[in-house]
Amino acid sequence: MPAVQRKRRSLRWREQWEAWLFLAPNLAGFLVFTVFAVVFSLWISLHEWDLFNPPVFVGLANYAKLLTQDESFRRALRNTVYFTLGIVPLGTAVSLVLALLVNRAVKGMTFFRTALYLPSVSSTIAIGIVWVWLLDPQFGLVNWFLRTIGIAHPPDWLNSTTWAKPALILMDVWKSAGYYMVIFLAGLQGIPEQLYEAALIDGATPWRKFWSITLPLLSPTIFFVLVMRIIGVFNMFELPYIMTRGGPAGSTESMVFYIYKNAFEWFQMGYAAAIAWVLFLIIFAVTYVQFRYQGRWVTYD
Amino acid sequence: MTDATRTGSISTAPTVRRTAMRKATRERLGKAATYLILSVLCVATVLPFLWTISSSLKGPGEVFDYPPRWIPHPAHWENFTTAWNRVPFGRFLLNSTFIACSVVFLRLLTSSLAAYAFARMRFPGRDAMFMLYLGTLMIPGQVTIIPRFILIRYLHWLDTYTAMILPGAFSAFGTFLLRQFFLTLPYELEDAARIDGCSRLGVYWHIILPLSRPALVALGIFTFEGEWNSFLWPLIVANNPLKMPVQVGLAFFRGMYSTEWEIMLAGTLIALIPTLIVFAAGQRYFTKGIALSGLGGR
Repeated sequence: MPAVQRKRRSLRWREQWEAWLFLAPNLAGFLVFTVFAVVFSLWISLHEWDLFNPPVFVGLANYAKLLTQDESFRRALRNTVYFTLGIVPLGTAVSLVLALLVNRAVKGMTFFRTALYLPSVSSTIAIGIVWVWLLDPQFGLVNWFLRTIGIAHPPDWLNSTTWAKPALILMDVWKSAGYYMVIFLAGLQGIPEQLYEAALIDGATPWRKFWSITLPLLSPTIFFVLVMRIIGVFNMFELPYIMTRGGPAGSTESMVFYIYKNAFEWFQMGYAAAIAWVLFLIIFAVTYVQFRYQGRWVTYD
Repeated sequence: MTDATRTGSISTAPTVRRTAMRKATRERLGKAATYLILSVLCVATVLPFLWTISSSLKGPGEVFDYPPRWIPHPAHWENFTTAWNRVPFGRFLLNSTFIACSVVFLRLLTSSLAAYAFARMRFPGRDAMFMLYLGTLMIPGQVTIIPRFILIRYLHWLDTYTAMILPGAFSAFGTFLLRQFFLTLPYELEDAARIDGCSRLGVYWHIILPLSRPALVALGIFTFEGEWNSFLWPLIVANNPLKMPVQVGLAFFRGMYSTEWEIMLAGTLIALIPTLIVFAAGQRYFTKGIALSGLGGR
């Protein structure tokens, strides 16, 4: 008896030991680059630290300054909200319409899907450079087109504090429409065909079919896309970096761009870390609210 | 609609035929409209690319011709060699390839090993550990980027490939994705192999990995795409052009020559074309991967 028991115990011991070996490579990196980094980041945000002098503990002073005195932070936050209100509804609607159209076009679907997906696989940096050229006020293709159709004084786009934000919104919608279209297509193809056949027998109009079948059954996908897009816009960095450097006059400076400037141009590590945490809390709150109220409009079957 | 149903209920043959015909016409019109709108949108998508190609082949100052000319004559192919020689684009592309491939390999390896432990083995603290992994999925990159930078700087790893590869090699998301996939695999094969004396590692290597090919391919492709296009992290840790991946190199190139648009766009195309080729080759997997990884939301 004791021998069997001992053998069983040593087997279980062996299994646990093996499990930790399987886990070890990932766990080591995870502990250093994620768990330690998160704790360290909190610690940094409570200090003043330029990396050349030793860190000085300042308590919550970074957060207090950020929330009460920093006009640039407020501007970055306002810009980010502006981008969100532009990109999320417009981008989601455009991708959904594209998916509905491509889904109808039985012949040539692959062709359309590929062409429309093209901007999504191109890097934001490359696409950003291309669009700076397209949006050139004098020589760009966009304004040439606008003048051709009779608009004598088209906008200055990236050089104007009024038009730079809309320009970035249009660009982002153009770039990511294809990606979200593919996600919507996957959702659309998951809707059972019988539902439409039943509706056809009942004599439903296409409009009615869209509102009563497609939209409710697609609502989980729409929810998912909204959550992802909002998180994406709050993390916007590359477009303002490559296209405007946050200008003109800070009108396209996003939150992450402001973090970048604080940390890697002005070496205010503590202050930058504090902004990152505030941004995280904002994203968390928005996502939480979305999940909390999804029952009101999202239907899972 | 009411009109059609009313005449339908009286049911006289000619009206039925007429409504059927009207319906067919409407359907055909709808189809035509669909294709028309799609074609316009495709033009809007593709035109900027064509315009870029056209501009990149123009002579000095010709990009400023007004009204714009679509076909440059003669085509200045030398713009591409000029761009290639001004900054080490070949080196950028090699760096990106090396970094992205290394991250894909390491991430698939470490994630699948950890996922196997989470999905198939019993050990104390497993569920708590898994919750910790899940919890960090919410934490965005900007929170960890500053401490990671300070750590890398402290280790004197700035301007090294290690700095660009190592933080990406361990992924909580990858572990989660693969664990979910492993849980759907049947136990029978594994049990049989275990009874035949196959070790845990053997089961992982000979049974689990081959069965998980679709999940591994999807994770691999998304990782590759993400690494190839990643920008903020390499921007911070790579200041030496010889270590820059292609996106950072391209931004560096833009900072240097901002007035000669034909050269700038030629350089942009040099950076862009390999991506488009890889995409064209792997297109099928991209769209499949989105559906498979549950990114469709359903």
